[in-house]
Amino acid sequence: MDFIGALLSSMPGAIAQGLIWGVMAIGVYITYRVLDVADLTVDGSLCTGGAVCVILTLNGVPMPAAILAAFAAGLLAGMVTGLLHTSCGIPAILAGILTQLALYSINLHIMGWGTDNGSKSNLPVSVDKYDLWVSSRHVRALTAENPFLILIPVLIIVIALLYWFFGTETGCALRATGANGNMARAQGINTNFAKVLGLMISNGLVALAGAFLSQYQGFSDINMGRGAIVIGLAAVIIGEVMFSKVFRNFALKLLACAIGAVMYYIVIQFVLKLGLSTDDLKLLTALVVAMFLAIPYWQGIRAQKTVKGGKGHA
Amino acid sequence: MLKIENVYKTFNPGTINEKRALNGLNLELKEGEFVTVIGGNGAGKSTMLNAVAGVWGVDSGRILIGDVDVTHLPEYKRAQYIGRVFQDPMMGTAATMQIEENLALAARRGKARTLRSGITKAEREEYREQLKILDLGLEERMTAKVGLLSGGQRQALTLLMATLRKPKLLLLDEHTAALDPKTAAKVLEATEKIVQKNQLTTMMITHNMRDAIAHGNRLIMMYDGHIVVDVSGEEKKNLTVEQLLSLFSQASGSSEVDDKLVLG
Repeated sequence: MDFIGALLSSMPGAIAQGLIWGVMAIGVYITYRVLDVADLTVDGSLCTGGAVCVILTLNGVPMPAAILAAFAAGLLAGMVTGLLHTSCGIPAILAGILTQLALYSINLHIMGWGTDNGSKSNLPVSVDKYDLWVSSRHVRALTAENPFLILIPVLIIVIALLYWFFGTETGCALRATGANGNMARAQGINTNFAKVLGLMISNGLVALAGAFLSQYQGFSDINMGRGAIVIGLAAVIIGEVMFSKVFRNFALKLLACAIGAVMYYIVIQFVLKLGLSTDDLKLLTALVVAMFLAIPYWQGIRAQKTVKGGKGHA
Repeated sequence: MLKIENVYKTFNPGTINEKRALNGLNLELKEGEFVTVIGGNGAGKSTMLNAVAGVWGVDSGRILIGDVDVTHLPEYKRAQYIGRVFQDPMMGTAATMQIEENLALAARRGKARTLRSGITKAEREEYREQLKILDLGLEERMTAKVGLLSGGQRQALTLLMATLRKPKLLLLDEHTAALDPKTAAKVLEATEKIVQKNQLTTMMITHNMRDAIAHGNRLIMMYDGHIVVDVSGEEKKNLTVEQLLSLFSQASGSSEVDDKLVLG
């Protein structure tokens, strides 16, 4: 009973974290599924978003402006990766790794802005002193400060805006670029521009998630984005496994990513309460993602064998 | 309408895979001409079409479409003048997008992509009418994903997409080669219909000599990266496969048996 009690009491926190990472997972979905690029910039840009939001808040910038600035910083990070890829001919995955590495230094400097040596690896921001929009402290409070009252509308707005955007001429061009670059160019689409734009939007959303995450946990940290791409992929894949049969609409597919992220954090809480050490979480996450990526591949092989083997072997 | 002036292109220069694909190519097409292009493997047929489409830059020479020098324009910018259908049915359409979405993308070829709606109600009605021309029943499946279509259906759709906005130039790169004979005939018939109706300036590569003679009003044969035979008008109409084969032998200096294997 103790176990169930502890698990239940950890659920609001898990769901809130899942919703924040849901925004991040939607960003990953745009590169990984729509654009067909595995973008590793996100491990850096998540922290960039958090760092920008916290440092601006500490310096008296109003929260909406701080969050917008974090989003803009993510756009910029995505643009760098996009230009490294399209204008410099660097493979997308490597371009992302380069930006991510560069962001490590940049994030340290953002957090150390105004200090003597100009570099800091952790930057706390107290919910007591500053007007934060979300905080883990209020996650079980039935008041207006409960983070769900912000996170759920934010998620809905993000999904609605993306649903609109991917229905526009530019959004369709972006989808065509990911689906078939040859066809896109033959139809007059500047595929390089589309890729840069997609990477920008994706990292903008990731940085936005970083801004909310740092407020929620009360600090930004140089390591907060480590392995973010894997968590994002986990959310995307869990969402697809659960809902791909029922969710056909694009907006619902984005929603599935967010639900996938929530499911991920619920499962994490479950295994933590079972006694798994937090140190082993990344190992577990990597194994889970590897498994979910492998299963469709194995199923494909089995399906082929069944066709070859005929009825008798099926 | 199209002018190719002394174009050279070598792939993998300086390596053991070096291949001179275009070798002083010259060609001029008048408006409304429908040219069929034949030639053996490696003669430079597809390379010529890709050079015109701008898939990569040429080493030297000039390419003009109408009065515009497109030699240094990137592929996506040349697309405003050019409609293309490829040999591989997978290449011309976006499989994960709907039939009507693919058409809407094609309808915006050469226009700025804005934040206006990617497809409007009025367009849908227009596409429904256009799809009826193909006679494949696709007008009833406009929201189906293109990946669900057969190769022939995809080629027909690509053809419609290439001509939805009247191109200055239509490039068909063996667009029926990957299809079964019956489907190929149907796609070719649709091609003829659409080209005639819009009076399109067209280049069509084919491996089928009979098709090359039966279609279009001019026929060119390529060998070793340039044009070796160029017939049009009455002369082209009265050509036979045998004559074509002997023309090819003269041009290439090889035996007829090989030619039959190569040109089928």
